[in-house]
Amino acid sequence: MLITRKAEFSASHVCANPAWSAEENRRVYGPDANPNGHGHNYVVEVTVEGDPDPVTGMVFDLRELKQILNQEIIEPMDHRFLNREVPPFDRIVPTTENIALEIRNRLEPRIRRDSVQLRNVRLYETADLFVDIGGE
Amino acid sequence: MTMRLTRRYRFAASHRLHTPALSEAENRQLYGKCANPFGHGHDYVLDVTVEGPVDTHGQVVDRMTLDGLVREHVLARMEYKNLNQDLPEFAGTVPTTENLAAVVRTMLLDHWNLSPRLAHLRISETDRNAFDLEVCPF
Repeated sequence: MLITRKAEFSASHVCANPAWSAEENRRVYGPDANPNGHGHNYVVEVTVEGDPDPVTGMVFDLRELKQILNQEIIEPMDHRFLNREVPPFDRIVPTTENIALEIRNRLEPRIRRDSVQLRNVRLYETADLFVDIGGE
Repeated sequence: MTMRLTRRYRFAASHRLHTPALSEAENRQLYGKCANPFGHGHDYVLDVTVEGPVDTHGQVVDRMTLDGLVREHVLARMEYKNLNQDLPEFAGTVPTTENLAAVVRTMLLDHWNLSPRLAHLRISETDRNAFDLEVCPF
């Protein structure tokens, strides 16, 4: 069975490679490269796969999942400037793809159990743009 | 490591569901109000999903290139059009959302020059229905 929990965080970012000129960054990343940053209301949907436990009837304790999302995503990223305050985005461009990868890497070891796996992380940058990344 | 990226687009178009293969009564029975003779419109929502590795820019796809391709080959052809009358793809084909999804797939694949593959299309006719078309890898 799959269970999905949603969380939201608001953060600012700049998509630019410091080794490139402003023109080159603008060509690759468009307005995302504006040097002083801009913000999004990110929405992350975390999907966990497993069989319901025969005793508890749950695939994963949702309170624990909420706590993990708070510790790994919301507390470090909410109302932050990702490039300046949230490693590794001081050296990795915080594209939607790279933020989703980082979230996946933070969550995977905390969710994996004998009978449970992180199946998917979906990260919305806006309602019109999202990425999906599998757990493996 | 491959990833899927989905971009959402919108277009307004009108259509009429009616096939000459059936009688007027049968069309009415099958398509209901969608068979009304002068057609009607929807604000379609199109989700285009691409799949591929994350490149050295930290992206699966360049958004501006994807947007340009979808705009030129799909949105510009659909936007504010009557699907039955303005698009030759629907001459002899009922513009159900199922058929619309297949037409959009062909429009995109005929001009696909991006490195990630086209993986999935979802079209919503209204908030209450959605049609998913998984695009098989070559």
